[in-house]
Order: sequence, then structure tokens, then C-alpha cells
Amino acid sequence: MIKFSDKQLKIPHLSRPVYLVTAGMSKFDRAFPETRTEELTIQAFTAASDFLKMTPADLKKYIHTCYYGHFADHFGDQLLGESVIHDRLGLDPLGNIGVKTGGATGGSTLWEAVKAVASGYSDCTLAMGWERMDEVPTDEGNHLIAAAADKDWETPLGHIYTGYYAVMAQRYWKIFGKEEDSFRDTMAEIAVKNRGYARMNPHAQGPMKITIDDVKNSPIVAYPLRALDCCLMSVGAACCIVADEKTAYELTPNPLRVWVGAGSHTLRVADRRNMEIPLLPNETPEMYKNFGEKYPGGDRYPGFTGFLAARIAAYYAYNMTGVVNPVEDLDVIELHDAFTISDIQTYEDIGLRPYGQGREYIESGDAYLKDPKTGKRGKLPSNLCGGLIGCMHAVGATGLMQVAEVAYHLWNRWDEIHEPKEKWKAFGREKPSDWESLQVPGAKRGLAISHAGVGSHVTASILMHPDHLLKEE
Amino acid sequence: MPKTDNEKGYVEIVNGRYKPRGVFHIPEANQPIFNKDTGKLAGITNPRDMTYIHSYGGEAIFFESLSKGKLIASQCNNEKCESCKSIFMPFRIFCPDCLRKNKAFDLTSIAKKTAKIHSFIITYRSGAFNTLKLPIKFINVEFDGVCTILMSYLSYGDPKIGMRVVPIFKTKNPTYTIIDLSFVPEGTAESNLPEGFTF
Repeated sequence: MIKFSDKQLKIPHLSRPVYLVTAGMSKFDRAFPETRTEELTIQAFTAASDFLKMTPADLKKYIHTCYYGHFADHFGDQLLGESVIHDRLGLDPLGNIGVKTGGATGGSTLWEAVKAVASGYSDCTLAMGWERMDEVPTDEGNHLIAAAADKDWETPLGHIYTGYYAVMAQRYWKIFGKEEDSFRDTMAEIAVKNRGYARMNPHAQGPMKITIDDVKNSPIVAYPLRALDCCLMSVGAACCIVADEKTAYELTPNPLRVWVGAGSHTLRVADRRNMEIPLLPNETPEMYKNFGEKYPGGDRYPGFTGFLAARIAAYYAYNMTGVVNPVEDLDVIELHDAFTISDIQTYEDIGLRPYGQGREYIESGDAYLKDPKTGKRGKLPSNLCGGLIGCMHAVGATGLMQVAEVAYHLWNRWDEIHEPKEKWKAFGREKPSDWESLQVPGAKRGLAISHAGVGSHVTASILMHPDHLLKEE
Repeated sequence: MPKTDNEKGYVEIVNGRYKPRGVFHIPEANQPIFNKDTGKLAGITNPRDMTYIHSYGGEAIFFESLSKGKLIASQCNNEKCESCKSIFMPFRIFCPDCLRKNKAFDLTSIAKKTAKIHSFIITYRSGAFNTLKLPIKFINVEFDGVCTILMSYLSYGDPKIGMRVVPIFKTKNPTYTIIDLSFVPEGTAESNLPEGFTF
């Protein structure tokens, strides 16, 4: 579609409030040659029950239906992998279903779990996601990932997904980045920031203390993207448990309200028709007048430079929750930083900055907990766990890990997850001597964006402390 | 284990059903995976040699036409549709708005006269089963009057945004896949085309 009807733009409504009660995650790594997937999912579930100071067996008694996010069956040569995990978690005979939406699988899994509670079908649901990408040779893995593109029109072209994605980066780099050195530096700054934040996270797979020059001198993957501009390929699991109000307060005195909005767009990146920019609550049509003159070549929307699915997911989520200006209304955010440049594109899609001005979110210092240049606190710190670039991208788990990380800030329990030296030791990782807390002080509202590939699916999950809602219900 | 020509698997359609002949898969033994440090068994390899049999359905005309040097798009001709007269490349069997069947539209001459590069990327890596020569110069191609953009690859020269290109077709020994279509910069001599390709 290139025009949307009023019915399609209806603001989604949850029939009753839904609460996030707990979340957990496993260690993330490039490979687990001596660990089965079920061990990782049980690690994540146990972390979620520990967080409530309950046993896994007691927590399971509350769960009524289960939603499993696992994108790549073909990597594991195991169809119905969800049933394997469901069995190993000991959750039979509860109803369960698998969810697959590429890189957005984690967010989409939560979307389903939330709707089940909102509808009244279940009072408490499990959203569990994982991915296992270490069990095929790398070139076969590249082919299997490329199979998420159109198998007749794209996949035969090199069997390499990066090629289908990076054409967007190239276009954004030329049109909005204007191929400027300063823009290249801003891209690199995202990699430095996120890998640096990952150093404080024992779950993270790719922590690094690096400089902008390190990023700019790393090997080219597909120009202008270099190795350190790109996210990790990971194995691991994460879960969230959501419930209605009564059940939520039985489980914890501090549940968080949760909403999820979702959008989509063609999986063929080139196959996008022109349309008017759908506006977010903090935008006006005047902002995009003469856009093509300001950014020659940028007048094609969404073209290669925007993600319509992210824009629509944000549109639904903001309007459901009363978010008007995300930078002012939210306290912490987790973005799908698959690549540094796509991170910048997303700043625009979700209204952190107008289209064409995404870089300013980083350059202003807003994206930091503490701006390293000025020492000032950022307005909306992003990817404090390290994001996909520094922490992990275990596809089906990613969106759930992001929601968990936002929640730990809102619960004011971030340190409890990331500080204990016993956890660092158990994960076989060395805690940095300069470890510091990244807890966002006083955080009450947050957002996580879960995003598939070239933008075929995106979810926007919003969490809020129940005493700090923005909209009366 | 490589197959000889006689052993390769082929598929025909007879009486509306797939009729495979030849060899499609050769079993390979599983191999144990040991941890060299501990000497303990960690897992096992599961080699697979699979063939997917896939229908092009209503898009078959596009892939067959490439072998004849033609670039076939599709067009919505439903006058009641808000997208009437929209030309789609990639070929869409149905209009995405009204869901009426599109008409085939020969885009060859328009492509030769108006194709230009919208974006590009050069990649030095590929996945398993790739048959294109590395590095691959991915290009996205705009055509006048077409509402979408096409992903393809440049077979000669260096890509630039806005560069005029012309389509070339693998008319000799076609693969009947999207790689039978490629592009070269306008003005490229026929002698510089890859083997099997013609304008």
C-alpha cells in the first residue's frame, strides 16, 4: 500500500492493562560448542525466576500460554524447535506457538504474548526467544541468512545478505551523510559508544575499548561499512514474562506497564513505492517541505533511506501510550543497531530527530548516559547494554534482551544484573577494573526497537512505571 | 561427493506432476566432533545434500524472457484501482493494491534508454552456492515510468549513483534465474560482456 485508510491507522487498543513482571537472559557468545539450546533457554528462564526470588517451578505455575521466537529453523536442521524447547522447559501441555519475523522475532514474540494477556485469553504468558547460528560453516550460514531475502529476485545474487542491506547504507551515506568525514566519524562514534557500554555487561559478546580511528581503520565489509560498524552474530536466549494486573502484583510489587506496536514493509529493499511521510506526534508537514531541495536525491520516501516499518511501529506505539516527543518523554532506549548507519536511520524513523538529521542525536550527546565530550548527562541514553554491535544479535532473543535491559533500568536494578563478580566469573569473562554502573537514574519510561533485515518487520515496545503513565486510560 | 553429468538430478512436469530423475542426494557419514582439549565428545556433523524443487508460477515469463534478451515487467490495468497503470519491476503477478492480475509489459527498450543506478555496493564476500564472480558489484536500477527499483549486478566497470546502464542477458546457456540479467555502463563494447551474455 502507498496510502493508508483511517481504519488501518486506527490506534491499537489493549482490552486490559498488561504488565511486564520479569525478564532474564543467558550468556551470549559467537558459539557454544558444548551447550545445547535448551540449556541456554533454561538459563534465561531461571534468571527470570531468580529476579522474582522464586523457583522456576513456582513461576511456571503462573504461565498459561507460551510464545517462542526462533527465526532460523534451517540453521539447526530442526523443525518445530519451539516444541523441543517447550518440552525441555517442562511447560507441556500449555498451548504454544512459534514466531518468526527475521531480526524482529524477539519483539514480535513479545507482541503476541502481550496481546494474549490483553485479550483475556491468558493471565500470564511467556515470551522466550533464542538463536543458534554456530552450527553451520560460515559460508552456509551466509546463504541461510540470504534465504531471508526474496529467493528468486535477490538470494541468487551472491547469497550474501550484506549486499542487499548495504545498498541502503550507501544511499544514506551519499544523500544525508553527504560523504562527509564528520558523518563518517559520527557513524564510528556509535560503534565506540556501544562497544564501550558492552564492557560493563557480563552477558555481552563483543565488548571493546576502541577509538573512532579503530573503527575507520577496521576492514571494509561493504563500503562504507567496516567490520566494527557491524553487529555481532550470536548464540543465546532471553525471555520476558507478562501478566494482567492481578497476576502481576501477585508476582512482584513492581511490575511495569508494557505495550507493543508493529509495522512491516516489503522484504525486497528495492521494491518500495513512493509515498508521503507518515507523521509522528512531534512532526508537522511543514518539516518536510522542500525536502528534496535540502537533500538532493532524498525526496523519495521511504526510498532506501527510511524504514517505513519502524515509522509505523513508532506511530502505533507512541499514540497508544501518549508519547509525543520521545527524547523528552522517554528515559532510556534500546535500538536495533545492526549497523552504525542503520542506527542513524532509525533515529529518524522513530522521531528522535527529523528525517535527514539523525546524526545530531549522537553529536548532541543525547544518546549517552554521560557525554564523553562534555561530561553532561544525555537526554535519552541508547543501547547501554552494548546493543547488537557490542552485546549480541542472537536473532530470536535480541528483541527480548532489549526489553529486559530497558526494564532493568526502570526497576532500578540494572546493577544487580551487571555488577556481580560471581556472574562475570561464571561466564568466564573478566570484569573490567574500571567497571561502572550504567543505571539511568530515575528512569520511568523506555522503548525498545526490534527490527528485521531491510525493514520487513519492526516492533516498538514501550515500558512505563505504572505511576508515570503519559496517557489517561 | 561431486556428481557426474549422468548422475545430476533433473525434474520435468508430466501430467501435472513433478517427475524427478537422476541422483538428488548422496548420503554422507556423520562425523563425531571431539573437544581436543578434553578429549570428550561434544557433538556430530550432519551433512546434507538437498535439492529444492521450486515453481516460478506466474513469474515464469520473466525468467524465461531473460534467456530471449527481454526484460518483462508487469502493469496494473484495472481502471478502478488507485495504482492503475503502475509498472512493476520486479515483476508482480498481481497488483499489490487491487489484487487483479497484472499484464506483462515489455520494458526492454525503456530499460535500454533510461536505466540508471539508484544505489550500489561492492562486496568481496559471498555465501555458499554463489556463482557470481567476486567482488560482486550490487546495483539498484531505476527505470523511467516504473514505480519500483530493481536489484541486480554490474558486470563491467565501476558503479556510481546516477550512472546510466543498459541491461545484458545470458542468452547462451541461460540459468533461468535472476543472474541471467545483469547491467553494464552505457557505451560498453560487446567484447567486454561476460561469457554467454548479449545486449
